Amino acid sequence: MLEIRNLHVAIEDGSKKILNGLDLTIHNGEVAAIMGPNGSGKSTLSYVIAGKPDYEILDGEILLNGQNLLDMEPDARAAAGVFLAFQYPLEIPGVATMTFLKAAMNAQSRARGEGELKTPDFMRRVKIGAEKLGIPQEMLRRGLNVGFSGGEKKRMEILQMALLEPSIGILDETDSGLDIDALKIVSEGVNALRSADRAFLVITHYQRLLNYIVPDTVHVMSKGRIVKTGGKELALELEANGYADYVSDVAA
Amino acid sequence: MPITSLTWRREDQLMASVTPLKTSAELALIAQGAGLSPDREPAFARFESAGLPHRRVEAYHYTDLRALLKDAPTLAKAGGVAPGGFAFDGIDAFCVSILNGFPNLDGLRDVSGVTLSLSRDAPDDGLASNSVFPTAGDPIVSLNAAFVDQTLRIDVASGQAVEQPVLLRFVTTAAVSAYGRVIVTVPDGARLTLIEAHEGVAGAFANSAVQVSIGDDAQLDHIRVNLADPQATVLTTFGGRMGARSSLSSGNFVTGGGLSRHQVFFRLEGEGSTATISGASMLNGRQLADTTLVVDHAVPECVSREHFAYVLDGEATGVFQGKIIVRPHAQQTDGKMMSRAVLLQDGATMNNKPELEIFADDVQCGHGATVGALDDDLLFYLRARGLPKPEAEALMLQAFVGEALEMIAHDGMRERLEALSEAWLKARS
Repeated sequence: MLEIRNLHVAIEDGSKKILNGLDLTIHNGEVAAIMGPNGSGKSTLSYVIAGKPDYEILDGEILLNGQNLLDMEPDARAAAGVFLAFQYPLEIPGVATMTFLKAAMNAQSRARGEGELKTPDFMRRVKIGAEKLGIPQEMLRRGLNVGFSGGEKKRMEILQMALLEPSIGILDETDSGLDIDALKIVSEGVNALRSADRAFLVITHYQRLLNYIVPDTVHVMSKGRIVKTGGKELALELEANGYADYVSDVAA
Repeated sequence: MPITSLTWRREDQLMASVTPLKTSAELALIAQGAGLSPDREPAFARFESAGLPHRRVEAYHYTDLRALLKDAPTLAKAGGVAPGGFAFDGIDAFCVSILNGFPNLDGLRDVSGVTLSLSRDAPDDGLASNSVFPTAGDPIVSLNAAFVDQTLRIDVASGQAVEQPVLLRFVTTAAVSAYGRVIVTVPDGARLTLIEAHEGVAGAFANSAVQVSIGDDAQLDHIRVNLADPQATVLTTFGGRMGARSSLSSGNFVTGGGLSRHQVFFRLEGEGSTATISGASMLNGRQLADTTLVVDHAVPECVSREHFAYVLDGEATGVFQGKIIVRPHAQQTDGKMMSRAVLLQDGATMNNKPELEIFADDVQCGHGATVGALDDDLLFYLRARGLPKPEAEALMLQAFVGEALEMIAHDGMRERLEALSEAWLKARS
């Protein structure tokens, strides 16, 4: 379970406040969607949960299964079960994708006090995961994300999530830059990972993604707070009416 | 380029009048030159008149030998024993030790297609018009030519592809001055892999030069490694000429030496030849490593690629000076030069000086130089996947250095150098 309480966040030099007392609870097994206009703080929220160092936490707490994430380094958060699928996955020339995957999985196992994976087990898990997402073996030998298309990068993010088995998977605008076929593949990949002991936070501008990854709850974010919470029908309402109502609500 | 040479001379004259005092290192070197044989005198005289190069000599602006060399230790004598635990034990190579500058051929077996011999002839001092070293009167070359005792000649038979690499193990076993010289001939159609490994104890001063001649359709793969003590000085020069359709790859790897300068001077004299020159330097503490490179495209349709990576920790200093010259008739030249540095601490310094001198009008040449810290966003991406900071940094740096090491042709050596770079990264985390 992810619990965010009264979270106030500014960018590092303190000049601009982005999150203003955000409260959000996501239960295990739940898929929560956050929608909101540009600049409402959605991506900042995802980065703050994952531990990006460019932000100053002014107040509040983030608990994952009772552990306070704000006290932990990004790698410790990952080992504790946080996974952020990046909106713009980074390219790392010279680091073969396989090498990276193995380093990440082993680092998390070590942090949890578990033994490292045996190479044949690792290879088998990657092979199965890659096949499900239509990722060719040749891509796994190349530098991480180097020369990959937008869709390939997003599939690679989902493969990493499948291999790292997080407690909370955060998808930051995973639908951006995807055509409809890629969107379906990525959504199927996420749906296959839904389980009773795993939660998802799906951040998106558009309702379209939520046709494929059907959320349990939908939250509207504006000016750094959750201003409305509802079921999946809320996404359809937003699609029809836009964010104007909610933006002015907060301003009033 | 008459203008360039005029500038050199004027600088020397000016400096002679401004700083008449000799440093203690210069005085020691001059005293050591008293007993030299007459055939070494031109080289020595060149050094004696110019002194050690300093920051007002353009080629030594970032590596001021006059300021950096506190003393010149006594000249080495023949003898000495190479220490055990050589980093490249186990590499299948024909190994020749050059101890304190003296080649040791005792007990060496024959290698088919390769002839080794010793010579006391006056070495190329960079002054003659037919010198293989294109920067006339380079002071490191002058000193080397003045003080080398025996030159090792390595002659490959014409058309012979020598499978086993020749591994030259330069060791300075005491705090002495060691001067080594090697002349390598790879004639038409021949192929050779040549490895120079440099080791030296604290206080050692080593100055070696390897000059090569690469014939038509010949290939030389060369690797230079500096693993000397961080209190040692290692000055090396590698230069030569390339014939038509010939190929040179030269990789340099540096983790050692307090003061290290590697000079590469090549002239592409036959059409259709390719030179690939790369290097990776990983430094910490107060180490300084300089790579100075001149690739001279004298004829059309040659290709040169230069890629250098520097990882600088602590208060270390990296220097890259790279010049690609394209002569007026050298049309269709394809040259690309890149130098990249990562600074891991505020106290680290990188000096980049890439230059193109192009006198032909139909060429493709480019150069780039970058200096920066590790990318914070990349670092966060790796940490968000569970890699602790030191491990994430090491992975990024390994990839950064790997780009340069990838250009090393010999698989076994490339793997050893990758392992050495991993060990360096492990030691810092």
